Amino acid sequence: MTRINDVFGALQAGGGKALIPYITAGDPHPQQTVGLMHALVAGGADIIELGVPFSDPMADGPTIQLACERALMHNTSLWNCVEMVAEFRRTNTTTPVVLMGYLNPIEARGLDAFAAYAKQAGVDGVLIVDVAIEEAPEIAPRLRAQGLDCIFLVAPTSSGTRIESIAREASGYLYYVSLKGVTGAATLDVDSVAAKLDEIRAHTKIPVAVGFGIRDAASAAAVSRIADGVVVGSALVSQIEKHQNEAQKLPEILTRMLAEMRAAIDSTHA
Amino acid sequence: MRPCGPHARRSDPTCRAINAVLIQSRANPEVIYENLPDARGHFGPYGGRFVAETLMEPLQKLEEAYNALKNDPAFRAELDRDLALYVGRPSPLYPAERLTKKWGGAQIFLKREDLNHTGAHKINNTVGQALLAKHLGKTRIIAETGAGQHGVASATIAARLGLKCVVYMGADDVQRQSPNVYRMKLLGAEVIPVQSGTRTLKDALNEALRDWVTNVDDTFYVIGTVAGPHPYPMLVRDFNAVVGREVINQSQDMLGRQPDALVACVGGGSNAIGLFYPFITNDSVKMYGVEAGGDGIETGRHAAPLSAGHPGVLHGNRTYIMADANGQISATHSISAGLDYPGVGPEHSWLKDIGRVSYVSVTDDEALAAFHELTRVEGIIPALEPAHALAYAKKLAPQMARDQIIVVNLSGRGDKDIFTIAKREGISLT
Repeated sequence: MTRINDVFGALQAGGGKALIPYITAGDPHPQQTVGLMHALVAGGADIIELGVPFSDPMADGPTIQLACERALMHNTSLWNCVEMVAEFRRTNTTTPVVLMGYLNPIEARGLDAFAAYAKQAGVDGVLIVDVAIEEAPEIAPRLRAQGLDCIFLVAPTSSGTRIESIAREASGYLYYVSLKGVTGAATLDVDSVAAKLDEIRAHTKIPVAVGFGIRDAASAAAVSRIADGVVVGSALVSQIEKHQNEAQKLPEILTRMLAEMRAAIDSTHA
Repeated sequence: MRPCGPHARRSDPTCRAINAVLIQSRANPEVIYENLPDARGHFGPYGGRFVAETLMEPLQKLEEAYNALKNDPAFRAELDRDLALYVGRPSPLYPAERLTKKWGGAQIFLKREDLNHTGAHKINNTVGQALLAKHLGKTRIIAETGAGQHGVASATIAARLGLKCVVYMGADDVQRQSPNVYRMKLLGAEVIPVQSGTRTLKDALNEALRDWVTNVDDTFYVIGTVAGPHPYPMLVRDFNAVVGREVINQSQDMLGRQPDALVACVGGGSNAIGLFYPFITNDSVKMYGVEAGGDGIETGRHAAPLSAGHPGVLHGNRTYIMADANGQISATHSISAGLDYPGVGPEHSWLKDIGRVSYVSVTDDEALAAFHELTRVEGIIPALEPAHALAYAKKLAPQMARDQIIVVNLSGRGDKDIFTIAKREGISLT
């Protein structure tokens, strides 16, 4: 069993839902990232998605683009990201970490070298935003060979046939993109998400986390009623942007924000 | 005109089919490559479809629609009619006799894409994609632009078809190419300056992709070059291939033979592939793609991924790119906004690897010198992009015999660049 499977297994046994925060590694400064990861756990994170900064994040909205730019000002590299996870693992051996990013920085270091290094550091899963199932046959098996889960996106535009092929390649969980757009876009429509989740579940038993458009405790709670997990990214990253010069206060701010979401989610399943 | 199937003679100049290509590998002459890209949009190891899941289904639908329409006689007739009556095709193949005399050696012919409506080859592709958009029932088109030529071409066709048009343009390019920005606005397009990243063409492309993923139901993304995810590199090539097909016919009519060498500038590579593609199977024609050498390849300040980059993934396809050791995309430099791009169409990467096309570079200064030379010797003001092709032709011609023929793709006119050039040369126009 992988750490990710353990988390979903335990949650499902207790009727709980996963809270999955995203932050960009190196934002606002590489030295703060591990502290922020622990702060997310303190706020109730079940899984952490750690963004690998890229110069051309074409699927991300302005909030995460700016986070990438802040991280790249300090030259945060893929290897730095992996090393941050290794440092995080010294004091946390239970919370799964998924690296989320784009293909080019990974290929620049070599896919196999990356997979081995990431596994050794304690990374649990990898989500490569610009690798869909069409290009996955050359990539996903090499990640799986190291025991890494391959997380794939499912979108409102994904047909039944596509969902089936995605589910065959995926492990850990599926990341359902709640709306047509980039990260940090408009508010999601819970009813249409619910309908699509039914369609996805007709094809697969893999847990489905929902992201894009979750900005506060209320929207997190609403999504947790229908999904197995709730991903919150841009809402956290905008807090990092707002308080980027307050290194001391930032962990507490993230913990508090996530704890509100945690409480709202848990209250709907009490 | 007869169809050109997989068994057509490889050097048959009358072969006019758009999609049947046979390429013999130089590395391994027994390997004949057919009908690239393959079903997954790959040109050898390059190309493909590297975008987030939301765009996969729309790309699939676009591919299906294009495959259904491209051989549809009614669609082809509509396209041919637009190319003739709206774009003004065929464009002349002009013998540049004074330039030939000055440079010595091979005879220089210019394929006058600068004489098309809107002043560049870009309109060939936008007319085709706009027709596709119409057939798909889309009411809004978006485009990215570097020099502004593709933006102008998109705004133009949008005006004609009554479509809403939004053009993304790097904030630095908006500064460099203000006449084209004004032109787009006159045509009714909304021009959005892109402030992110390096504020040039690559960032405009990111922003256009973000728009498309958000508005995919009613919006058609008119990509201006042979890059992006499959099927764009294929369909932009096919719509520009009219250039090479005309050169085949014009050479036969005017000269009774085919050219010995083709020269075209390569940014994303749409004008180059348009000229090269119909000649790929004709081994006796040498081809040169000229990249922007900027301040010189050795300075690192250039935009020449095929000359000095390496394979990677950018903007939805695998191709040669300029990136650092950590895989972050590098800032590029060229005097020409239209060539200032860190990637290149995947088919060019393939043609480089199999050795079918030679990719070279010239510097800003060499391109500028060629710009002035053509202007003064032939009375043709070229855009800075094809000035790069001319600068290389100037080096190539003296190495060839006088009875040999070089065709240079004069892909656009230079009116848009006169402010850039005046500024660089310290001349005030106000």
